[in-house]
Amino acid sequence: MTATPGAPERFRSGLRAGIGFGAAAFVVGISFGVVAEPIMGSVAPIVMSATVFAGASQFGATAVLISGGDAATAIATGAMLNARFLPMGVAAASALRGSRLRRALEGQAVVDASWALAARGEGGFDREVLLGGTLPQYPGWVLGTVVGVLFGGALGDPETLGLDAIFPAFFVGLLAAELSRPHAVAAVLIGGAIALALTPLLPPGLPVLLASSAALIGLRR
Amino acid sequence: MTDVWLTIGGLFVATVAIKAAGPLIVGGRRLPHGAYAVIALLAPALLTALILTDTFARGQELTVDARAAGLLCAGVAVALRAPLLVTVLVAAVGAAAVRAIT
Repeated sequence: MTATPGAPERFRSGLRAGIGFGAAAFVVGISFGVVAEPIMGSVAPIVMSATVFAGASQFGATAVLISGGDAATAIATGAMLNARFLPMGVAAASALRGSRLRRALEGQAVVDASWALAARGEGGFDREVLLGGTLPQYPGWVLGTVVGVLFGGALGDPETLGLDAIFPAFFVGLLAAELSRPHAVAAVLIGGAIALALTPLLPPGLPVLLASSAALIGLRR
Repeated sequence: MTDVWLTIGGLFVATVAIKAAGPLIVGGRRLPHGAYAVIALLAPALLTALILTDTFARGQELTVDARAAGLLCAGVAVALRAPLLVTVLVAAVGAAAVRAIT
């Protein structure tokens, strides 16, 4: 069972990288708290970060609510944004141990940055790096949200500070890691075209959801 | 407000289920190969759609404002392989600077 280097060592290397990810999650969490507080109040954004713990989908669902969409559209948008965790979880599953419940629980540690760090290519996966990399991101994300909710008012108008640009910038950072997949650039171009073309025609939220149909390009060989 | 709590509850359940599904599926039946190819492309398609609507939409109207400058700054930061933290800060500074000038 002993791989080289050992499990504790690989956990610590994941932890070291995770501290950097956690710092980024803290800042993005602040902007989430600031942006979510006006529509959600002060408790709900913190509950959302502590339970959902998935930045892109929280931003996406909140953006739908802010623009006047209903809960069903917000949940659907957020869930679609998390759909990538399905194949990521399949890749991680080979390295997870124990009962089915235990593996399902450990699968909750799958988040973008630490998953990418732990993926070894050819289906290999490092469980310790995943867990170590995710551990600092949880307190970073939740505490950032708390700070954003509490001090958002004191910071002043989020737009003056450019906080509304943090949303899309965070997505750009995540997107950059996706572009090496086959057909990813085609999915980007088609999905972007669908979203822009439908924005003037449909209620907010729906253009983003329908842009997911661009992923069908993956069926082309 | 009801919509807010419904969204949080629904998204929590959906996220836990999605993350649990992978580890539970493996060892059992696998999805057809094409399904994985489509699922893998959901993230780039959706992220692009969110980037563009968050930057260029005001309700149902398309517009170019300071958010576009933020997006440009983020793109440059990512192209230079900046960490995620630097990317989001640079974008905020870029958008705030354009707003301060105009």
